[in-house]
Amino acid sequence: MKTPLLPANTAFWFLAPALILIVVFFFLPVAASLLLSFTDFDIYALGDHERLRFVALDNYLRLLGDPLFWTALKNTLYFVLVGGPLSVAVSLGAALLVNHRLVRFKGLFRSLLFLPVVTTLVAIAVVWRYLYHPRYGFLNYLLGLLGLDTVDWLGDPDWAMPAIILMAIWKNFGFNMIIFIAGLQSIPVRLYEAAVIDGASTWRQFRHITLPMLAPTFVFVTVITMIGYFQLFAEPYVMTQGGPANSTLSVALLMFQEGFRWWNLGYAAAVAFTLFLIILTGTVLQLRLRRREI
Amino acid sequence: MRLIGFLLMPALLGACGGDREKTVLEFWAMGQEGEVVQSLMPEFERLHPELQVKVQQIPWSAAHEKLLTAYAGDAMPDVFQLGNTWIPEFVVLKAVDSLDNRLTAQQREDYFEGIIETNEIDGRLHGLPWYVDTRLLFYRTDILVKAGFSAPPKTWNEWLAAMAAIAALPGGDRYALLLPMNEWQVPVILALQMGSELLRDEARFGNFRSDAFRQAFRFYLDIFRRGYAPAVSEAQIANLYQEFASGYFAMYVTGPWNIVEFEHRLPKSMQGRWATAPMPAPDESYPGVSLAGGASLAIARSSSRKDQAWKLIEFLSEPEQQLAFYRLTGDLPARRSAWLHPDLATAARTQAFKTQLERVVSTPKIPEWERIASKIAHHTEKAVRGELTEEQALAALDKDVDRILEKRRWLLRKRAP
Repeated sequence: MKTPLLPANTAFWFLAPALILIVVFFFLPVAASLLLSFTDFDIYALGDHERLRFVALDNYLRLLGDPLFWTALKNTLYFVLVGGPLSVAVSLGAALLVNHRLVRFKGLFRSLLFLPVVTTLVAIAVVWRYLYHPRYGFLNYLLGLLGLDTVDWLGDPDWAMPAIILMAIWKNFGFNMIIFIAGLQSIPVRLYEAAVIDGASTWRQFRHITLPMLAPTFVFVTVITMIGYFQLFAEPYVMTQGGPANSTLSVALLMFQEGFRWWNLGYAAAVAFTLFLIILTGTVLQLRLRRREI
Repeated sequence: MRLIGFLLMPALLGACGGDREKTVLEFWAMGQEGEVVQSLMPEFERLHPELQVKVQQIPWSAAHEKLLTAYAGDAMPDVFQLGNTWIPEFVVLKAVDSLDNRLTAQQREDYFEGIIETNEIDGRLHGLPWYVDTRLLFYRTDILVKAGFSAPPKTWNEWLAAMAAIAALPGGDRYALLLPMNEWQVPVILALQMGSELLRDEARFGNFRSDAFRQAFRFYLDIFRRGYAPAVSEAQIANLYQEFASGYFAMYVTGPWNIVEFEHRLPKSMQGRWATAPMPAPDESYPGVSLAGGASLAIARSSSRKDQAWKLIEFLSEPEQQLAFYRLTGDLPARRSAWLHPDLATAARTQAFKTQLERVVSTPKIPEWERIASKIAHHTEKAVRGELTEEQALAALDKDVDRILEKRRWLLRKRAP
C-alpha cells in the first residue's frame, strides 16, 4: 500500500479489462432492465416487438396497488426481521463457543459448522423436506416423543415461514460465524486480563469488552445478512414454491414468478428495482443507526 | 446470480449428446408422463429405425417457465407436451406449428369434441390431445344411502337436497362436500353450466356480474353459508384420503388422477363404498358440463424435423399406445376408440369420466386465462371467508380482469382497421 501510485493512464489500461467486463455484464443489463421496467414487455411483446409499449411509471403504480406485492413484502420483512437477528445471534453464539479457550479441535468444529454454507441449497432442501415431512419427518418424530402435537411444517400457512427461517439459519450461520471468530480473535487479550484483575464476571466481560470491540464486525455482519435475507428466493423456490396460501412468497420470488411464470418482464423489472430501493434504504438506515451508537 | 445459473443449466444440458446415423428427435414431456413415456420409445424406434427419440423429463412446476425460456433462447425441442390451457400463449408466440394438414378428418372424429376444441384457435389446430382430464363428483355411496339417496344427484336441486340430508346426519364434525376455497375450478364449472361466457366482447372484458355467473356464484357461496362445505383451503386439508375415509366429507369434485390415488390410499374396507358420477346440471340436461382439461402434443415451429415429429405424435396417439399409456399412468385416453377396450369399458369409476368427457367445454382460449383463473380463485376465497360480499367480490373480479385484459384490448384495437 505504501508504494507510489502509478500514473493514472497506466492504471486505467490495467483496469480496463475488468471494467469492460463489469460494464458489459453488469451495468448494461441493469440499465436495460431499468428501461424494461418502464415498458409493458410481456408474452405478446416476446412474440412480436411491435406490441411493446412505453408505460412510464405505470408498473410502479400498479405494484403499489397489488395486494400480492404487499403480501410478499410482509413475508420478506418477517423473514428479515425474525430470521436476520436470529441468524446473527446463532452465528455469534457459535463463534463464542468455537473460540472458547476450553474447546479442543477448534479447526474441526469450525469446518463442520461451516459445511452447510458450502453445500448446494437444492441438496439441503431435499434433506430438509424429509425432516419436515408431516408423517415420516424426524422433527415430527421428536415432537411425538415429547408428547406434543405434530406440525405440518411446509403445509400449514402459519408454520411454513418459520420452517424456511429455521432451514435458512442452519444453512447460513457458518459464514457469519467465521467473520465473528476473526473479530473475536482481534480483540487484545490484555483487555480481558485487566478486567479479570478488576474482578469482572464473565457476563460483564462479554457485555463491556467483547460486544463493544465487535461493533464494526456487527455492522458488517448485520448489513450483509440483511441484504442477503431481503433477497430470499432459492429456499421458498425449492421448498414451497411460495405456498401454502402465499405464506412464503418473497419479493424476489414474486419477481421471478411475474417474470418467468407469467412472462411480465416489464412488471418484474419494476419489482426488482423496488426491492433494490428497499434494500438500499434499509442499508443506509442501519449504517446511520450504527454510526450514532458508536 | 443464482437465478442465471438456474436458467443456463438446461441449455447446457440440452446441448450435448446425439447420434450421427439417425435423426434425433427431441421430445420434452412433463412429470410422471415424461418418465413413463420413455418405456414406449423402444417400440417407436423399432417401427422407425431411422429415428431416435431423446426424451427429456421436466417437472410440472418448472415446465411452463422452461418452455417459455426455451422459446426466448431459441432452444425449443421438436415435439413437446403442453397443458391445453397453455396453447393460446404458444400460438400468440407463434411457437407451435399448425397440425391442420396432418390430422385426417377421420382421425379428428375419434377425439372428444370438447377436448380437441381446446386445441383449436382461430379455426386452426395447434396441438393434438394426448390424454384428457376433467372434473366430476367423487362420493361415498354408503353415506348417500344413509341420507336417503340411492343414486348420485342429477340436478342442482337434488344436489342441495342430498347435501342437506347428509349435513343432518348424526355424527358431529362432518360435511357434505369438500370444496377447497382457493380453487377456481368449481365456481367456473358451475358458471359454465349456467351458460356464462366468463368474458365478454371477444374476451375484451370480464363478465362476472352477468346473471349467469352471479347465479352460479351464489349457488357456490350458498354451499358454504349453509354449512354443507367447510371453509378450508387445499393446504389445510392434512390428509384428504383419511378425511374421506372417516366421513369428514362425503362428496368431492376432482379429477381422474384421484381414482388411482383413492384406490391405493383408502383403506380396504372403504373400497366398496365410493363411486364417481358426472356433474349434476342446473336443469334437466344431465350431465352438467365440466372443464375440458388435459395435455396435448405439439410440434415446435422452429423444428427442422416436423415430418418426423408428426410420426412420433401419430404413434403416441394410436389407440394401442393410448391404452398402454393408460395402464402405465392412469391418464385417460383422448381418443374414443381406445375407450372400447375392456380395461376401460368395464371400469365403472372410469366410465363416469367417459360420460363426462362427452360434455366438456373449454375455458376462454386467450393467453391471459391462467392469470384470470388465479384471480377468480383469489376473490372467491375472499367471498367465502366473508371478507367481501358477493357484489364486492364480483365487482373486484371484473376490475382486476379488465386490467389484465387491457393489453388484449389495445392489440384488438390496433388490429382493427
